[in-house]
Parts: sequence; C-alpha cells; structure tokens
Amino acid sequence: MNSAETMKRTETMLLNLGPSHPSTHGVLRVLLELDGELILRADPDIGYLHRGIEKMCEYRTYHRCMPLMNRLDYLAGEVNLFGFCLAMEKLLGIEVPKRVQYIRVMIAELTRIASHLFWLGTHGHDLGAMTPLFYAFREREKIMDMCEMISGARMFPLYLRIGGLAADLPEGFIPAAWEFVKSFPEKCQDYHNLLTKNQIWIERTQGVGVMSADEALDWGWSGPMARGSGVNWDLRRDNPYSSYEDFDFVVPLGKNGDTYDRYLVRMEEMIQANRIVRQVLERLPDLPPGDIQAKDPRISLPSKDAVYNDIAGLINHFKLIQEGIKPPVGEVYQCIEAPKGEMGFYIVSDGSPQAFRLKIRGPSFVNLSAMDKLARGRLLADSIALIGTMDIVLADVDR
Amino acid sequence: MNQAAELLQEKFPEEVVEVVEFRGETQITVKPGRIKDICKALRDDNRTSFRYLSMIAGMDYLPQSPRFGVVYNLYSHKNKNRVTLKALLADDAAPAIDSVAPVWSTANWHEREAYDMMGIRFRGHPDLRRILMPNDWVGHPQRKDYPLRGK
Repeated sequence: MNSAETMKRTETMLLNLGPSHPSTHGVLRVLLELDGELILRADPDIGYLHRGIEKMCEYRTYHRCMPLMNRLDYLAGEVNLFGFCLAMEKLLGIEVPKRVQYIRVMIAELTRIASHLFWLGTHGHDLGAMTPLFYAFREREKIMDMCEMISGARMFPLYLRIGGLAADLPEGFIPAAWEFVKSFPEKCQDYHNLLTKNQIWIERTQGVGVMSADEALDWGWSGPMARGSGVNWDLRRDNPYSSYEDFDFVVPLGKNGDTYDRYLVRMEEMIQANRIVRQVLERLPDLPPGDIQAKDPRISLPSKDAVYNDIAGLINHFKLIQEGIKPPVGEVYQCIEAPKGEMGFYIVSDGSPQAFRLKIRGPSFVNLSAMDKLARGRLLADSIALIGTMDIVLADVDR
Repeated sequence: MNQAAELLQEKFPEEVVEVVEFRGETQITVKPGRIKDICKALRDDNRTSFRYLSMIAGMDYLPQSPRFGVVYNLYSHKNKNRVTLKALLADDAAPAIDSVAPVWSTANWHEREAYDMMGIRFRGHPDLRRILMPNDWVGHPQRKDYPLRGK
C-alpha cells in the first residue's frame, strides 16, 4: 500500500439544515460546511417567508398596514402593532390617554410571556426535553384565551388602534388576568424544576454560543440576547414609552453570554413581565373606563355608536377609512422592547395617506445574522441549540 | 444641539449637509464620500459612543434626484440616545456607497438587504449578494418603479 492511499481524505461536507426541519422554527435553510461533525461555516439562507410587507405598506393607508404588523413576529403579534402605533403617534404628534397606555403595556407584557413560553417549549423540545413544551403551552393557552376575549382572535388580536384601542377591556378579562397573574410565578417554578438544574440541559447549553458584551453590541443584538451577554440595556427602562416609567421591574442580566444564561434571562423576564401586569391590574381601576382613544377626529375612529346613529360620526368614519390618516411630512424612528429584542419602525411620510417608506427593523433578522459567528468551531448538534436560543421567528426575519 | 451633530460639525464640517430636528429626533444628512470615517468617529468618540447600529434602510426617492439614499440609525448605550444619519447617493443609475460592515458587523446583513431590495452597491462589503430574494432574481423589488404585483 503506498502512502497516497492511506492518506486521510480531508474534503469538507456541505449539509442542508432545513428549509423544512422541525427545529428551524419556520422555513429557514442553513447551509453548513462540516468537517466531520465540526461546523466550519454556517450560512443561513433566508427569504422563504418574504412577503414584501414593507413594499405593500407603501400602497395602502396606515390603517390597512396594521393587520400586516401583526404578522411580522407572529408569536408576539400585538407587540409589533404596539410599535407601529407608537411610531404613528410620534409622527402625528399625539398623546394617548393613560388608560390606553396601561392597557397596551399589559397586553404587551402578556404577549411577552406567551412568546417566551413558546420559546421555552420549543427550545427545550429541540434539545430533547419533551416535557417543558406541554407545561409552557398550558399557560400560553390561557394568554391566547385572553387575546380571544379582547378581540375574538387568538394569534392576531389587532386590538390596538392608531391613537388608542379598538374597544375597552371586555367583561371577564380582569378576573381572568388576575387569576393568571397570581398563579403564574408558581408555574414558572415548575419550568425551573424541569430544566434549570437538569444535567443534560446544562451540558447542552452552557458554553454554547458564547458572545461577549462587546461582540453582542457589534452584532446589533438587543433584548434578551444582549442581556444574556451582560449588556445592561432595556428600552422599557432606558427610553421609556407608554408609561413604562410608572412600573417597577428588574432587568435580568447574564454573565457568560452563553445559551444557558440567555435561558435564565428569559425565564426571569417572564416573572418580571408578570410583575408589570400585576401593577397594571392594580392601577387600572383608578383610570376612567371608556377613555380609550386620543381625542382627535382626524386620527381616531369614532365609536360604533356614533357611526350608526349620527351622521357626523358616519362621515368621520367614512373619511378615515376611505381616505386614511394624513400625517405631516417628516420621518420618525420608533422602537420598542419586543420579546425578541428591539423592534423598530422607520416611517417616512410625504404627507399623503400612504407611507412613502416603512422600514421595519426586526430583531430576529439581526439576531440571526450572527449565526455564522456563533456556529463556527461548534458541533453540528449545537446548531440546533443556537437556532433555539436566538428565538427567531422567520416571519420577522423575512418580513 | 445633539452631540452627534456637534461632533460632525467639528470633525467633518465639509461633510455635513443638513441637521434636522423632528419630534425630538435628530437627523443628519451627510455627503456619502466619507461615510465610513464618519461612522467610525461616531462610534469611537467618547462624547457620542454610538456603538450600536440599529438598522440601515435603503431609500428610493423617485422622482427626486439624487434618487437613492441610505439611512443609518445609531444608538448610544452610554447616552441613551439615537441619531439618524442620511446619505444621498450621487449616481442614479448605479448607486454606491462605502460599506460600514468594518465598523459594525451587524451592517453586513442590513447592507445585503438594501442591495437586494434597492440595488444599492456597498463598496468593500465582505459578501454582497442577495439575501431575501433568490439569487437569480431580476430587478430590485423595493424600488419605486418596480410594480407591486407582477404583470
């Protein structure tokens, strides 16, 4: 046997992870270059869910953009709409009543819990922990039911309006919310019992996908991804919107910037979100019911009662729906702390009822861009942990 | 005045075209030629410390000329404020600007998206290819003269 025949072959292998793979949370294809099980390069191929939402928004009135906003990060649909409404209100230069601000905060925090629960269940499931999924979905279901109460829809409530809310909270919502808020901390302990000290979970997540604080900033990470690396930044605290400054909450931080720390950060965020919902519920009785719209007929839709019984109301409704809102010429950028990070809306208005340009800054898109950096030098199995820890929603990546 | 505007007036007086304040936001229009130096200065100077690039938006201002532009939104964790940088690109037929990917790694994908959607070239980008549309796609869908629906 000569030496050429005994030499090891050193070709690398290309492997397609996805586009249809249960752990890619949607339609994501990652092209992996492997040396054995070692990842040499990871190239996410996105765009399978690209619907051209930014383009579509240039051709429709602002009201008609709103259902599309729900469909960005569809696990936290109402939070996206929250950001869009805030951006519109900033552009229009209006202030919404305190009651609206508080209810929006409550919906946003409940949605954050629902989104984190979904992440917890699927992330655990991806890494072989079957049970947390069932527990997490049990509580998520309660939030879905609450969404159904406020609007009839579970995933896409479309409850917020530019300048206010579609309606006041329905009967039965407050007791349901109280029940959830009181029982949730105990449920959270259940999840901790399942995973936090689980040796398999620790081995699969500790030291995987490490990002330092400086690197996290360089890669544009925000939200729990950045906080897992110890970046002490939360838009709700540092640039408060919608009266977040009225509420007490702690911003949890990680130390090592690995998958395990990001897990702990998100777990604590759920508890803190629950605290905020409780504070809203405590203060809501002090705010006058029915005060759910900014008082500006050029922006806020009239009540249904006015539309059906009053000619002025009907005309107002018709004009707003047919012609739309006409904001002043200008451009604004408004971002919010979405469950997955900074969700931003850059709206350029030319004074017409359609946006001249609407750029959406989706947190999933930015978080995913660091995939190659995280995956290099890790094992193939870690790529599943990485996709899970980034908590991406492909509808938000592709828009 | 915003620290970023001050810094740019001091270090790049030739480059600043316009500073606009609207709804409490500062938007600075700069010439595209030295965008990389400007971004580096905004990132590294202690007064501004914009170490985080929030987003890059490709813009098509048709029928205006210059037609294309690039908008950068920066955030400073130190000062907890933002600034929007805007550069209008001279060449309407083949818009191009220097890449800021060497300044912030996150710019990589934002610039790929702007290239894909608007057809703006980023000089010195490490890997400028389409990101959302398929590789063999013809045209740039978010240009104003690109139809919303197919023919």
